[in-house]
Amino acid sequence: MASEKIKTFTDANFSDEVKSGVVLVDFWATWCAPCRRIAPIVDQLAEEFNGKLTVAKVDIDENPMTPSKFMVRGIPTLLLFKDGDLKETVVGLETKDRLTQIIAKHL
Amino acid sequence: MTTASGSTARQVVVIGSGPAGLTAALYAARANLRPLVIEGIEAGGQLMLTTMVENYPGFRGGIMGPDLMAEMRAQAEHFGAEIIQGDVTAVDLSERPFRIIVEKTLYTTQSLIIATGASAKWLDLGVDKKLSGRGVSTCATCDGFFFKGLPVAVIGGGDTAMEEAIYLSKLATRVTVIHRRDSLRASKVMQDKAFATANITFLWNREVIDIKDLAQGKVTSLVLRDTKTAETSELAVDGVFIGIGHTPNTALFKGQLDMHDNGYIKTHDGTRTNLAGVYAAGDVQDHVYRQAVTAAGSGCMAAIDAERFLSGTLHESSELRVPNAEHSVSALNS
Repeated sequence: MASEKIKTFTDANFSDEVKSGVVLVDFWATWCAPCRRIAPIVDQLAEEFNGKLTVAKVDIDENPMTPSKFMVRGIPTLLLFKDGDLKETVVGLETKDRLTQIIAKHL
Repeated sequence: MTTASGSTARQVVVIGSGPAGLTAALYAARANLRPLVIEGIEAGGQLMLTTMVENYPGFRGGIMGPDLMAEMRAQAEHFGAEIIQGDVTAVDLSERPFRIIVEKTLYTTQSLIIATGASAKWLDLGVDKKLSGRGVSTCATCDGFFFKGLPVAVIGGGDTAMEEAIYLSKLATRVTVIHRRDSLRASKVMQDKAFATANITFLWNREVIDIKDLAQGKVTSLVLRDTKTAETSELAVDGVFIGIGHTPNTALFKGQLDMHDNGYIKTHDGTRTNLAGVYAAGDVQDHVYRQAVTAAGSGCMAAIDAERFLSGTLHESSELRVPNAEHSVSALNS
């Protein structure tokens, strides 16, 4: 069950949504098994950093432009933006501790 | 979602949640040992990354890898296994109870079943990991999507490589299999399938010595060397999938358990390690068979070994002896 705090970004609104603040975006697809593994961790991050971090998902099947723009060629990939600038790229699975550290650097 | 609950002092902890770990959990749960399974970051194991599994007994039409793992997990939970998310960060096996740390939580246990499996091997070029998620992948079913209508390469000559090539042939324009030798290690069935696929071609006796282009942050080509003539050549591709085998996930246990030179845990007399009360099952101790069914089988053995150890050590045999487990032992021995 995805956290209610997680937003859904699309090709249409992506640039606007990452423009300000610290934003973590989870690129995923329904058929991606490793994405299902990282999803609960992303949920927990959304809960724990609530108010300080915006957490969003992009379904790459429905939104092919954004992954292509950021050269995402494997999922899961997490991108962290700060005020519109791409600061971190995490490809594949990562532990919650490690992700927490990566996010904390930019808050 | 299951979370750690109640006491953290356990009789059996299972690390890993592939076929070996979940079968161990199933048997331990049915022996009333209330096993705790720490599923790990690669929850479900390697089968989560496969598509159709055609050689797991009981499914004549095949079963999808993730579906099989979901069933195994549900079955273990049904009999009382507790499964938690999280990755073990450290273990201390110097005395019993053994100590297991999962991020910030400490668990102690009288017996431990290690079923941490193996993970895909990388090329050791350095550049392959740097371009991971930028065109280099070890999982065709995860990342093949990004290479629709593009040329890709698969490195390796075993079943994993063939499975990747066949999967990718439906998406990519052309799949070039690059193999160091002049024949495949893959099973006959997989070889036949790969040879019969029109857009799969083979480059024999070639090894990858470089992947371009790090500066552009994406894969543009592979630099190959002929293993016989040492001649180098370049192959333009947008993606490269590595299927050259696996390395066991044993870093946690280095210096604490006996291992083979290749890093696999040494077992004897079933699933016993050199430490009493510590058992290893599945790919973490098996570099020979490496099948879902053999992993499950050794998981069952580990649970029985652990159960016998506990009943012998803790003098609680009346509570711990369970007809089911005994039954399986006699079935195995017959």
